[in-house]
Amino acid sequence: MNRPWTRFAPQAVAGLGPRRPRRACATWRLLGWALVGAVAGTLALAGAGVFVARAADPIKIGLGIALTGGLSANGKPALMAIQIWKDDVNKKGGLLGRPVELISYDDQTNPATVPGIYTKLLEVDKVDFVISGYGTNLIAPLMPIAMERKLTIMGILGLANNEKYKYPNYFQIQPSGPDPEANWATGFFEIAAKQNPKPQTIALVGADAEYPRHAIAGARELVKKFGFKTVYDKSYPPSTVDYTPIARAIKAVNPDIVFVASYPPDSVGMVRASHEVGLQPKIFGGGMVGLQFTTVMTSLGPMLNGIVNYDFWAPEQTMMFPGIKEFFAEYQKRAKEAGVDPLGYYLPPYAYSAAQILGLAIEGSKSLDQHKVADYIRSNEFSTIVGKVRFGANGEWAKSRVLQVQYQGVKGSDVEQFRVPGKKVVLYPDEFKSGNVIYPYSAAQK
Amino acid sequence: MFSWDLLANAVVAGMLLGGFYAAVSLGVSLTFGLLDIVNIAHPAFVILGAYAAYVMNSSYGLDPILTGVLLTPVFYGLGAGVYRIYYASFERRGEESLRGLVFFFGLLFIIEVGLSLKYGVDYRLVEAAYIGRSIDLGGVGIAFRLLVPCVVGLLMTLALHLFLSRTFYGRAVMGVSQDQVALRLMGANPVRIKTIAFGIGIAAASLAGALLITISPVVPSTDRDYIGRVFAITVLGGLGSIGGTLVASIILGIAESLMATFFGPSWSLAVSFGILLLALAVRPAGLFGR
Repeated sequence: MNRPWTRFAPQAVAGLGPRRPRRACATWRLLGWALVGAVAGTLALAGAGVFVARAADPIKIGLGIALTGGLSANGKPALMAIQIWKDDVNKKGGLLGRPVELISYDDQTNPATVPGIYTKLLEVDKVDFVISGYGTNLIAPLMPIAMERKLTIMGILGLANNEKYKYPNYFQIQPSGPDPEANWATGFFEIAAKQNPKPQTIALVGADAEYPRHAIAGARELVKKFGFKTVYDKSYPPSTVDYTPIARAIKAVNPDIVFVASYPPDSVGMVRASHEVGLQPKIFGGGMVGLQFTTVMTSLGPMLNGIVNYDFWAPEQTMMFPGIKEFFAEYQKRAKEAGVDPLGYYLPPYAYSAAQILGLAIEGSKSLDQHKVADYIRSNEFSTIVGKVRFGANGEWAKSRVLQVQYQGVKGSDVEQFRVPGKKVVLYPDEFKSGNVIYPYSAAQK
Repeated sequence: MFSWDLLANAVVAGMLLGGFYAAVSLGVSLTFGLLDIVNIAHPAFVILGAYAAYVMNSSYGLDPILTGVLLTPVFYGLGAGVYRIYYASFERRGEESLRGLVFFFGLLFIIEVGLSLKYGVDYRLVEAAYIGRSIDLGGVGIAFRLLVPCVVGLLMTLALHLFLSRTFYGRAVMGVSQDQVALRLMGANPVRIKTIAFGIGIAAASLAGALLITISPVVPSTDRDYIGRVFAITVLGGLGSIGGTLVASIILGIAESLMATFFGPSWSLAVSFGILLLALAVRPAGLFGR
C-alpha cells in the first residue's frame, strides 16, 4: 500500500525512524564533534578578542565644568590642566595599561545643569570615574548623586562642601584643610595679630554668594579667637557696580583691618574704590578671589601693593615642587591659543593634581572599584605638582596650606614681573615663607 | 554712623552711577520704549561694545571711551542690519511678539558664545589715565572712573533728546511709536525710520559698553547682570521717555548708593526694585510715561 504521507511522519522528520547503517552514524558523530569544536573555538577566539578589546578600552573619566558663564574664566583653564594630565598619562602608557579618555560637558556655571550632566556621564557615556566641576556652587549639586551611587569624587576648589554630608568618598584638592571655613583665613589673622602695635578693630565685607559667606563665617570665628573688635560686618549683592559707597562706609568706621571675601569683579571694584576714597587700614585683603588672575594683576598693577591675600601658588623658590615647571611650560603654551589666564598660577596646577591623585590611586589600588580607589586615596600621601597631599577624614587636606601672600614692589602693568620671585611674597605658612610682611598697608604703597 | 559728609558722598556717588545707568538704558528706552521691540539682546551689545573698547585699548592703547565714540557708526550699521533681519523674519509677518523675543534671546547667546570663543572667558579690563584717580571737592570724593562715564551718559541723553525733539528723523521716530499708519500717509517709510532708530539704540549700547569696561572688568556673561536693571529703569522712567530714563537711572543709582552706605549694600537691589514696584502701583505708565 502506497502511503506517501509516511515520508512526513514525525519519526522521519526527527530522524528517529528506522535505524541507519553504522557508517552513516559515525559520520554524523564526527560532524557533531566538528561542530562543537568549531563553536568552542569561535567562542574562545571571540573571548580572547573581547579580552584584547577590553585591555585597549580607555578608562573614562568624566566631568561637567564651566566653559561659559560666570566661573568659566577658571573652568576653562581647569579643564585644560586636566587635559594636560590626560596627555601626560597616555604618553606614559595610560593607567593599568589602558589609555585614559576624558569626557567633559559645559555646565554653563549653572548648578541646575549638574545632575543632568553627571547622569549622562554615568548612564550614557559609562564613565569609570568622575571629577567635580569647578567651585563650591557646582560641587554642591553633585554630592547627592555621588552619595546615592557611592562614587569616588575628586572635587576642584570647593569650600566646605562635605561639612554636612560627611561623605567618606569625597576628596577636595583646594588646600583649605580639615576645617575649611576657619582654616581659610587663619594665616591672614595670624599675620595681623603678630604686628606691632597689634591692630584692634576689623571690618568684614563680602559678596552675597556661597564662597564669601563661608569665608566670612570663618573670619567671624577667627575675630573672636584673636580678640579683634568688629566695627563693620556687611555683605553686598554680586551684581554691584559701584563699590565706592561701601569703601566709604568702611572708611567712616576707621578699622585697623579690612577683611574682604569677594569674587573677581568685586575684588577689582573693592581695590579700586579703596584707592579712590583713600581707605588705608593697617592690613587689607584676606579672601579676594581674582587678584590671583593675570589679567587682574596686570590691570590693577601698583594698586595691589601691600594687599595681603590668600593664594595657592606663587613663583617663589619655596613653592617649586617636582613637575610644576614642566606643567606651567605646557599650560602656558596652550593658554596662549585658548585665550585663558596666560600664567595659570591659581587653579590649573590644582586641577592637574586632582586628576593626578585619582590616577595614582587607580594605579596604586590596581582597581577601578570606587571603594578601593577611595580607600587608597584616604590612606596614602601623594606626591603631586603642588607638593605632598594627604587627605583628612572629611576629604579635605589633612593640614591646611592656604597661603597668604603680599604684593610687593609691583610696577606698571607688565606681565613679566609676575613670573619672577618677589612680587607675590609668601608670608604664611612658615614652611613656605619667602619674605616678610610690609606693615602697615600704606608703607607698601610708597 | 550717619554723617552729612557720608550722605553727600553717597548722593554724589549715586548720581554718578545713575549717569552710567542712563547710558546703558538709553538704547532700550529707544527700541523697547518707542519702537516696541523687546530687544533682550541689548546688554549683549553693551558687552560687545566693551570688548571692542578692550581690543582697541590693549592693542593700540586707545582710550576706551574714545574708541566707543569712534565705533558708534559701525554699531549703528550692525543695529540697522539686525533690525532688517528681524523685520523680514518676524515683524512683517506679524510674528514679532513671541518669536521676535526668541530671536533676540538667540542673538544674546550667539554674541555671548562668540565672544567666549574669540576672546576666551578671562576677565577683561582696560587702562586709562583717569582710572583709579579721584578728586576731592569739599569733602566729597569723586572717582574719575565714574565721573567720566556719568558725563558721557548725560551727553548721550542730551543728544538723544535733541535728536528726537529737534530733527526730522527724530520726530519721525516719535511718530512711528504713536501711529505708523499716519506716518505712512505722510509719505514716510516706518521701516526705514525704525531701522535708523534701532541702529541708534545699538550704537548707544556699544558706547555704554565702553563706559562699563572703564568702571569694572567684563566677561562675556556680564550682560546677564544688566538685563533686569535696564528694563526696570526703562519701565520706571516711562516707556519712550528719554528724560524719564535719566531720572529713573539717577533715582536707582542714589537708592543703591544710600543703601550701600547706611543700611548695608545687600539691600540695595531689593530697595531699587521696591521703588519700581511702588512707582508702578501709583503710576502704572512709569514716572514720565503717557
